[in-house]
Amino acid sequence: MSQLAYLAPSSPEEAAKALAASGARPLSGGTDLLVQLRSGRTSPSLIVDLKRIAGAVGIREEAGGFVIGASTSGAVLGEHAGLLRAWPGVVEGANLIGSTQVQGRASLAGNLCNASPAADGVPALVAARATCVIVGPNGRREAPVESIPAGPGKTSLAPGEFILEFRLPARPPRASDAYLRLTPRTEMDIAVAGAGVNLVLHEDGTVAEAHVALGAVAPTVLHVEAAGAALVGTRLEDEALAALAAAAQAACKPISDKRGTAEYRTRIAGVLARRAAVIAYQRAGGQR
Amino acid sequence: MSETLERPAAKADLQVVGTRPIRPDGADKVTGRAAYGADFNMPGQLVGKVLRSPHAHARIVSIDASKAKALPGAKAVVTAADFPDLASEVLEGGEQASNLRDLSLNVMARGKALYHGHAVAAVAAISSEVADEALSRIKVTYEVLPHVTEVEAAMAPDAPLLHDHLFTEGLEARPDKPSNVARRHRNLRGDPEAAFADADVVVEGRYVTPPVHQGYIEPQACVAAWAEDGRCDVWSSSQGQFMVRTYCAKVLGVEISDIRVTPAEIGGGFGGKTTVYLEPLALALSRASGHPVKMVMTREEVFRATGPTSGSVMNVRFGAKKDGTITAAEVELKFQAGAFPGSPVGAACMTALACYDVPNFLITGYDVVNNTPKVAAYRAPGAPIAAFAVESAIDDLARALSMDPIALREKNAVRDGTKASYGPTYQNIGYVETLAAIRDSEHYKAPLGPNQGRGVAVGFWFNVGGESTAAVNIAEDGSAVVVTGNPDIGGSRASMAMMAAETLGIPVERVRPMVADTASIGYSMLTGGSRTTFATGMAVVQAAEKVIADLKARAAKLWDVPADQVEWRGGEAICLDPKADKKPLTLETLAAQSARTGGPIAAQVSINAQGAGPGFGVHLCDVEVDPETGQVSVVRYTAAQDVGRAIHPSYVEGQVQGGVAQGVGWALNEEYIFDAQGQMENPGFLDYRMPVASDLPMLDAILVEVPNPRHPYGAKGVGEVPIVPPLAAVANALRGATGVRIPALPLSPPKVLAALDGAKAG
Repeated sequence: MSQLAYLAPSSPEEAAKALAASGARPLSGGTDLLVQLRSGRTSPSLIVDLKRIAGAVGIREEAGGFVIGASTSGAVLGEHAGLLRAWPGVVEGANLIGSTQVQGRASLAGNLCNASPAADGVPALVAARATCVIVGPNGRREAPVESIPAGPGKTSLAPGEFILEFRLPARPPRASDAYLRLTPRTEMDIAVAGAGVNLVLHEDGTVAEAHVALGAVAPTVLHVEAAGAALVGTRLEDEALAALAAAAQAACKPISDKRGTAEYRTRIAGVLARRAAVIAYQRAGGQR
Repeated sequence: MSETLERPAAKADLQVVGTRPIRPDGADKVTGRAAYGADFNMPGQLVGKVLRSPHAHARIVSIDASKAKALPGAKAVVTAADFPDLASEVLEGGEQASNLRDLSLNVMARGKALYHGHAVAAVAAISSEVADEALSRIKVTYEVLPHVTEVEAAMAPDAPLLHDHLFTEGLEARPDKPSNVARRHRNLRGDPEAAFADADVVVEGRYVTPPVHQGYIEPQACVAAWAEDGRCDVWSSSQGQFMVRTYCAKVLGVEISDIRVTPAEIGGGFGGKTTVYLEPLALALSRASGHPVKMVMTREEVFRATGPTSGSVMNVRFGAKKDGTITAAEVELKFQAGAFPGSPVGAACMTALACYDVPNFLITGYDVVNNTPKVAAYRAPGAPIAAFAVESAIDDLARALSMDPIALREKNAVRDGTKASYGPTYQNIGYVETLAAIRDSEHYKAPLGPNQGRGVAVGFWFNVGGESTAAVNIAEDGSAVVVTGNPDIGGSRASMAMMAAETLGIPVERVRPMVADTASIGYSMLTGGSRTTFATGMAVVQAAEKVIADLKARAAKLWDVPADQVEWRGGEAICLDPKADKKPLTLETLAAQSARTGGPIAAQVSINAQGAGPGFGVHLCDVEVDPETGQVSVVRYTAAQDVGRAIHPSYVEGQVQGGVAQGVGWALNEEYIFDAQGQMENPGFLDYRMPVASDLPMLDAILVEVPNPRHPYGAKGVGEVPIVPPLAAVANALRGATGVRIPALPLSPPKVLAALDGAKAG
């Protein structure tokens, strides 16, 4: 019969050491891990709770940007006025995970490292060009968020590595973002497709910088550069939006499964990218 | 309403019935004190678990449990060899009959596993972990057989056969070959072919629905304890403790009275808990191990091995005159029964045209076995499925005739005196009143927004009476305990207490309603068929009346007046003889003196209640569709229903809202998805998408009260009718919003978007 040990280290180094052991699994909010444990899909021998490490929970402003502790819950993100003002899309993505109850626990790092292609917390982070600070047996490194998922249920993290915090860059004026997903139900559901769009506008309302990320349409969340490029220099005229949707759809490589056909996911990804772009544009002060 | 009947009491005379007191089960439920099936524990109990077939159809060549039995901590293993091999025998169990042999074979596979998830063995062990380990050590050798899932594939002449002994019943001649079609139902009136030939307008459609689960919150759970003398106890969550007792006794081959079943609080049933799965296994494991055994299903087991209701393929055709008079109908229903015969296609045939006065029709139904879990009753079994097809076709007929959908239904409505399509002549029905309630509603006249559409659909359910027992026991202080044998799944404790209080003339707060175990009250059929408030309520009222007769006799004795000079009014005995000059005697006073007047005051009544009144519902639904994603939202919903008389109106409104919520889920997203091996791919609430609260708008209920004169307070069953119309109401609203008829459920976003594409392509 299997045995299960629990450890809650207070230093990152201690955590990295513990996690390097085979059969060890990190715990943040536990909203995926506990479900997997109960269903028998995973049977770790050691659970390493990361929430007692300094900085793992909480949000601080640094050099005009934000540093988000990896285990910070969705509920805390949703109540941070400064973060909401600067990165409303990142927050709305995180806040779509699970239900009100789940939001009290679910974290961005957990959502990212569970490595579901449909993770709602991830596309807006990717569109935001967020990075994560990774701690491991060989010290710290910083990497773009989109480099973490390696495929469904797989990450690029080495044994012992875990995410300590996320870094969101400083915001210029006239910048905002948005995340939209489609689920058959209004909540407690998994995205059939999702789109995060991050825009920076010139004073005249044309798009200076645009990033588009798509969820649930490939083995990992996609950063679609061509989709962002389709918006640069435009005021989101209908043709620009059509080009955005086409570029987004061209990048999709989804599977067909019980949650949606490949054809449907691809089509919806274009619709959602277009709608999210319009919301981000309006939030940034643009007028179509 | 018949003038010769005193009953039901005029509404103005009622003090308790029709009011909205605090529900007697409320505090326990909101504080978490209510004890559901999994909350019961016994000292020394073992954990029981089930080994289930990994194949949709397979011959069980051998089962070797020796390694499991040798595991320390594993106390018992049972297989089909531990149960008697029963002969085919039909048992009337309440809402629908069950074949004893099929019931036994569903509880534990014998010789063949007939669906993925079919129980093949069970273990009892000292812990959940040891039980899991024991299951993994049971070696079952299977010979995998071809399987069949879809109903029309199962009907094909070359389909894999589930049962070699199954020959189609209901045909003109007994067939010479076995088949998966267990029965053909047929009901012909008039000359439909001639009427179709003569019709001005004909509409027709082919409709498809997937199997859906009842989706009760509480998984099946029980504890069983088999004593050394052969007497046993079962604690379990079900819709009927007497049903559990009978089924367990038959499956195990023991005396019925040797089993006592105590009902737990029930966390939803919707028909799905009108049969047994775990209880006979827990009893057999307890017998084999000498310990009490507790078994609790996981949600995955609930999906893989219990419920659902049938998936279907249906063909419907209507013929009408230009003025909207429907002259002909043809309805063909093919229902999946799951692994054993007994789909609700018979009830679906009976209800399909129950709202329409059609002179010529042919209704045909097929009960078809296939390699999926045996279907169980689900709220108005069969009726929502048939209504989806019929009401969709009626909606198309209204469009073809350019007629208002309510006007078309009013023109063809059944009324008092109409001979129902299923046989009897209607009396005291409130269908046209219910149609009028929707026609005259503010909702029906409200404007629609862009991408919105409005749908109307109607529905019927029989409602039943049947055998019930109730006791009314008066305590020494004049308070009352009402005891029945029916689990409270929809507010029956509230309605029992209210009817007793009304009859006795005391405040409802002085009545405590209880649901008793099988040794503490007389037999009662299970809670189902929308029968409890009607039938058990009738027994409660009769028991209260017996108590009143006793109280009057005691007062007469105390006053020394003839019994006919005493009347019971407002909770008091009143002396009618003015010369006697007696002050009224209250229930409290009489109860306090009961020892002097003949002993305890109590009465028990057992009846077979007749005269249940059928129910009709008319639903109005507005949806909004997202033309780019195909996503459909229900934005407004009003349901009107003839409820006879609402005993506790809040509970009745709750029944209506709950039925609509389930029906909307059925319409929009719920479905079993099977892979190529016949294994369900979505056995959890994440991917089996029942609606959550935020998926629905406020659901408005209009209670239409056309009293049932055969019930003391005019009650009709109310719990099942509300799930009958929503499937078609949503589909018709979507047809209105998009101009496209989508005849297959669920109306999920990809399907709707594909239909919109198809319409654009023309």
